[in-house]
Amino acid sequence: MADTTATPLVLLRGGRVLDPSTGLDEVGDVLLRDGKVEHAGGSLGEVRRDGDLTEVDCRGLVVSPGFIDVHCHLREPGREDVETIATGARAAAAGGFTAVCAMPNTDPVTDNQAAVGFIIRQAQLAGAARVYPIGAISVGQKGEALAEFGEMIGAGAVAVSDDGKPVASAQLMRTALEYARAFNIPVADHCEEPTLARGGAMNEGIVSARLGLKGIPDEAEEIMVIRDILLSRRTGGHVHLCHMSTKGSVELIRWGKERGIRVTAEVCPHHISLTEDAVEGYNTNAKMNPPLRTAEDVAALQEAVKDGTIDLVATDHAPHHYDEKEREFSDAPNGIVGLETALAVLVTHLVAPGIISYDTLVDRMSCSPARVFGLPGGTLRKGSVGDVTVFDPTAGWTVDPAQFRTKGRNSPYNGMSLTGRAMCTVVGGRIVYRHNA
Amino acid sequence: MSAAAIGKDLLGLEHLTPEQITLILDTAVPFKEISERAIKKVPTLRGMTIVNLFFEASTRTRISFEFAEKRLSADTVNVAASGSSVSKGETLVDTARNLEAMKIDMVVIRHQGSGAARFLADRIQSNVINAGDGTHEHPTQGLLDLLTLRERFGTLSGVRVCLCGDVLHSRVARSNLWGLQKLGAEVAVCGPRSLLPNAIDELGVRVFSRIEEAIEWAQALNILRLQLERMQAGYIPSLREYNRVFGVTRERLERAPRDIVIMHPGPMNRGVEIDSDVADGPHSVILDQVTNGVAVRMAVLYLLAGGRPELAEAAKG
Repeated sequence: MADTTATPLVLLRGGRVLDPSTGLDEVGDVLLRDGKVEHAGGSLGEVRRDGDLTEVDCRGLVVSPGFIDVHCHLREPGREDVETIATGARAAAAGGFTAVCAMPNTDPVTDNQAAVGFIIRQAQLAGAARVYPIGAISVGQKGEALAEFGEMIGAGAVAVSDDGKPVASAQLMRTALEYARAFNIPVADHCEEPTLARGGAMNEGIVSARLGLKGIPDEAEEIMVIRDILLSRRTGGHVHLCHMSTKGSVELIRWGKERGIRVTAEVCPHHISLTEDAVEGYNTNAKMNPPLRTAEDVAALQEAVKDGTIDLVATDHAPHHYDEKEREFSDAPNGIVGLETALAVLVTHLVAPGIISYDTLVDRMSCSPARVFGLPGGTLRKGSVGDVTVFDPTAGWTVDPAQFRTKGRNSPYNGMSLTGRAMCTVVGGRIVYRHNA
Repeated sequence: MSAAAIGKDLLGLEHLTPEQITLILDTAVPFKEISERAIKKVPTLRGMTIVNLFFEASTRTRISFEFAEKRLSADTVNVAASGSSVSKGETLVDTARNLEAMKIDMVVIRHQGSGAARFLADRIQSNVINAGDGTHEHPTQGLLDLLTLRERFGTLSGVRVCLCGDVLHSRVARSNLWGLQKLGAEVAVCGPRSLLPNAIDELGVRVFSRIEEAIEWAQALNILRLQLERMQAGYIPSLREYNRVFGVTRERLERAPRDIVIMHPGPMNRGVEIDSDVADGPHSVILDQVTNGVAVRMAVLYLLAGGRPELAEAAKG
């Protein structure tokens, strides 16, 4: 490398190096050179300082392949007042994510190669977490004409989705799954049968009956889950089911996987930690789609994360302006921010009670998303991309949305005490975030 | 003023204790007499300012509140959604804060959104009375129904009351349900399943699919208004069929094993959920409900303003 820019070296020293992709789990060092993993595992001793060496003391911390969030809403273009690609990428880095996938429901919709290129450029300028665009399935996300998958993939998109809206037409979904096969990308679906869900503001059940809010039944999700699984069986296309929320969906996915159907699925941290009771008092920060369900659903989803029926955890990070949430429940928009609380919610609600190990946590947050979406990273194998997350599994903290990097403040965890936080995030061998630094 | 015995606001009956509900009903009794006088006014709330903030059209409830306020000598202002800054896009919270900046004491709110009264109460200092929020609660209607039934039966304990019709979308049904259960009544609902909450079985009520069964069982029917837009939304096939299958008719009541008290929160769709000869019949207490509405609202205003229940008799002057 030219002498004006010394070879960047990052040495993550003395942490518990945990990489499920290689079965690595030992206290040692990780060395990154020229943006790639040069070493991960045993202690290196003295490292030759042939360039700019940054050494990070990782004793007591976990060093793992970088977390990847395959589902977030960065709002740019169109709603830069609530989030930009830059603020979203910085929030991601602060949450320990080295890469995120941006959903296409922006204004205008990301449904063509130029729009994909715009996101990639903005992400490069931000210089925080990587941002991979997801293109729309249909032009304008209108659910009618297929968008140009090929050109979008060529420009850097990694998947297609009409997220925010379901693909109401089974025929369009079928075509999308067939057409996507040429590019070997997942078709990510927001599973919601629109006529059953219409006007719904929360889970249909005892709480909605008491609060007088229109409910969304489990079946609104499950009907689309089984439709998509059957269409995947028919077409051989890879269907990825977004933000699963019900016990029934878990059973249907299990059914599909047992038959070798190409179905993968994600769950959000809130659906494995909160129930419909959080809506009590008309709390608009507990309003999202799909809605928070029951304790039985939460338990089934936790079990599914453990046994792999649910492949990965994704945040569905959805910032909204304060004013939009500060209103009557039925008029408030769906969605909550999640990038900066995801890790802690998983540690607190899955690892601490002994449901999953850190090994599984790292797999569902890093290795599995990389595998399912075909992305770089998700491993510390020598020569792979230098995306690494260092986190403190024991750090307790109280959620204060005012401290978030995201512009969004809409968190249902406001004021809660959680355990676990990202301490250092490295993207392409470059440190993009350090806690309290 | 002392802390009110029923709290800062009246948002619903679900979170009141049986004692608080009984207190309101007991307080309403002496206030009822005021409306019987030639000069229907006492100075109890003189100097207090009350805003009636109605985001939804209402005649009966708004007038009832206004009478209650005026008979207690409060200064009242009516704000309707149309023609106010609300129609210019102002948010609920801004509307409320602006009103409060003019130094008011209470807000009576009617709003199409469930939870709107609670939303307001959490954000302003003034007392808030829910005059109906979406499909959630309508507590003063529930209270006046309880008072009317108590007058008829002497107690609510063990009285069998059936709420008939569109329970799913009815705030009156919810307030009735909580209030009746807390005071020991047996509660049933009857209507097409498409107009009952899916979780109705978890609410501790008996469910009748046929109106004939409800009439066989009940001592009182509270017949809910069928919103005409429910038919357009496809919850029922037609109003004609609704009357044929679920309507409370004289023929059906004549087959009942006992006289049944007939209630309706109004406004009625005669010939749909209730036939005229039932509404106007000997067992109808529909106009008593209206009379009791004013008394109950006077009691709520008095108690929220910090009035001491034991002085209610004296307060009426």
